[in-house]
Amino acid sequence: MNIVVCVKQIPDPADPPAMDEARGTLNRSGKLIMDDSDSYGVEMALQLAEQAGGGEVTLVSMAPNNETSGLRTALAMGAAKAVLISDEALAGSDALSTAKVLARSIEKANPDLVVAATESTDGYTGTTPVQLAELLGWPSVTFAKKISIADGKVHVQRQTEVGYDDVECPLPAVVTVTAGVVEPRYPSFKGIMAAKSKPVEQPALVDLGLDASQVGAAGAGQKVVSVEAAPQRASGEIVVDDGDAYQKVVQFLQELKLV
Amino acid sequence: MAIDRVLVITESNDGQVLPASLELLTEARSLADKVDAIGWGKDVASLAAETGSYGAGRLFDVGDIGASIPGPHVASAIAAIVNSDNAPSIILAPTTYDCRDIIGRLSVKIDKPVITNVVGLTKDGDTVSSSHVLFGGSQMATAQFTGDMPWIFVVRSKTFTAEPSGGQPSEVMSVQGGDLGATGNASIVSSHVETQSGPKLDEADAVVSGGRGLGSQEAYSMVEELAELLHGAAGASRAIVDAGWVPYSRQVGQTGKTVKPTVYIACGISGATQHLVGMKGAKNIIAINKDQEAPIFSVADLGIVGDVHQIMPKLIEAIKALS
Repeated sequence: MNIVVCVKQIPDPADPPAMDEARGTLNRSGKLIMDDSDSYGVEMALQLAEQAGGGEVTLVSMAPNNETSGLRTALAMGAAKAVLISDEALAGSDALSTAKVLARSIEKANPDLVVAATESTDGYTGTTPVQLAELLGWPSVTFAKKISIADGKVHVQRQTEVGYDDVECPLPAVVTVTAGVVEPRYPSFKGIMAAKSKPVEQPALVDLGLDASQVGAAGAGQKVVSVEAAPQRASGEIVVDDGDAYQKVVQFLQELKLV
Repeated sequence: MAIDRVLVITESNDGQVLPASLELLTEARSLADKVDAIGWGKDVASLAAETGSYGAGRLFDVGDIGASIPGPHVASAIAAIVNSDNAPSIILAPTTYDCRDIIGRLSVKIDKPVITNVVGLTKDGDTVSSSHVLFGGSQMATAQFTGDMPWIFVVRSKTFTAEPSGGQPSEVMSVQGGDLGATGNASIVSSHVETQSGPKLDEADAVVSGGRGLGSQEAYSMVEELAELLHGAAGASRAIVDAGWVPYSRQVGQTGKTVKPTVYIACGISGATQHLVGMKGAKNIIAINKDQEAPIFSVADLGIVGDVHQIMPKLIEAIKALS
């Protein structure tokens, strides 16, 4: 069972975010870390490969400045190797261009299964995994809250508005996972040391059969025209509870005629 | 190119069009003269009166897709419409699980980009700009497509208010997609409804949400009880969904649902930007949190600084006594 996990490396959400004014995109020039949303996919893939009794987990990531620190985190968790596509021409890529780059990289890896997060924490466009599936010509099951593999099929509990559906899908397939699908492990010290020497392949765009005009800002069919401060909501009355503050809430709800 | 036709993806459940699709049909009427809808399922024709009354002249019927996941089928049908004389200038989809699948596949089939998480649309002549919440709502971005139509927008629910136009039933037209190959092979074996009483999270008049401040999964029952007493719905912050205390369907925020109830009661929620984005459109906000510095208080109309474990039981008893 060979599995590819799409890993996005993003600016640390704990840091104040910033826009790249010239490009109208998120500023991703600083240090990047693995998107927390992807740790669930990495863990799920590691467990599925283990249960299948063998096979490798390969990471695929597109990021600026040859960034690998997020990939090293996932390698430390136990992934075998990584493919990083980093090219200046990719800056400003929209989700569709990103999917094209990832699809070409994944075709080369030829896995049985691709796992991705439902959406990233920084851009949260949420379309890339399904675009990827369509480019590969594969079925996809999104919003998985439980995954198992048997008889060449992936079985997924897929989140719905009212509960979940049991979905089955022949491999190869793309599956997107929600947080909570599995509890991600913390990398061990041994894992962190081993990750330093695990291979990170860096194909050039031309190796993927892609042209700079198809990707990046040049290939993006959308632009941000302005960014402005949003009107802020004024804060109201703040009460420190002295044991009876609940009455304030009751009163408030009575005024709204909700009780 | 002039904007002359809008296609709205019309998702339905039990023979009723989702409110989010009705909101988009309403908005579509102000974007173009001609509005079409597309639906799938066993009896799409039965939706024609409703889609028509919200202004859709035609309702494209993908037909019964059996146990298949809708994404590939509906995307293929829309691609066929895009390549016909009925090609829309704009395609509007609500932010639902299935519509996100449909749009991802459609985007590749017609090689067009998608703009998602739209919270507003503005038409100016032959251009349309979309609004987006950035950084938890501190900033708003405006985006536009730079390439050829159709422009595909995926819109968050409650962005527009659904209002009928009083139109005649839509003309139902059958539409066929192409061969799906392997992409159509995912199928639903069985569906499970998790016990859910009362109104839906994004349609409720009152929403009571819990966060990490509850301390344990068991304490979430207080949130559910209060929600039930108010005839509302129970929600959650991402933190406790990630922790596995409650299902994802309860999540309010950037990566969850957007709610705009009459009152939103945040219990033990600090108010991370990710959460604020999903609830600051509420008409009234009440926050209960131990930490006076918690960002949730910056948006609260009434903030109670205190322990949810002390306050909520008293609150629940007091409301029970009144009702």
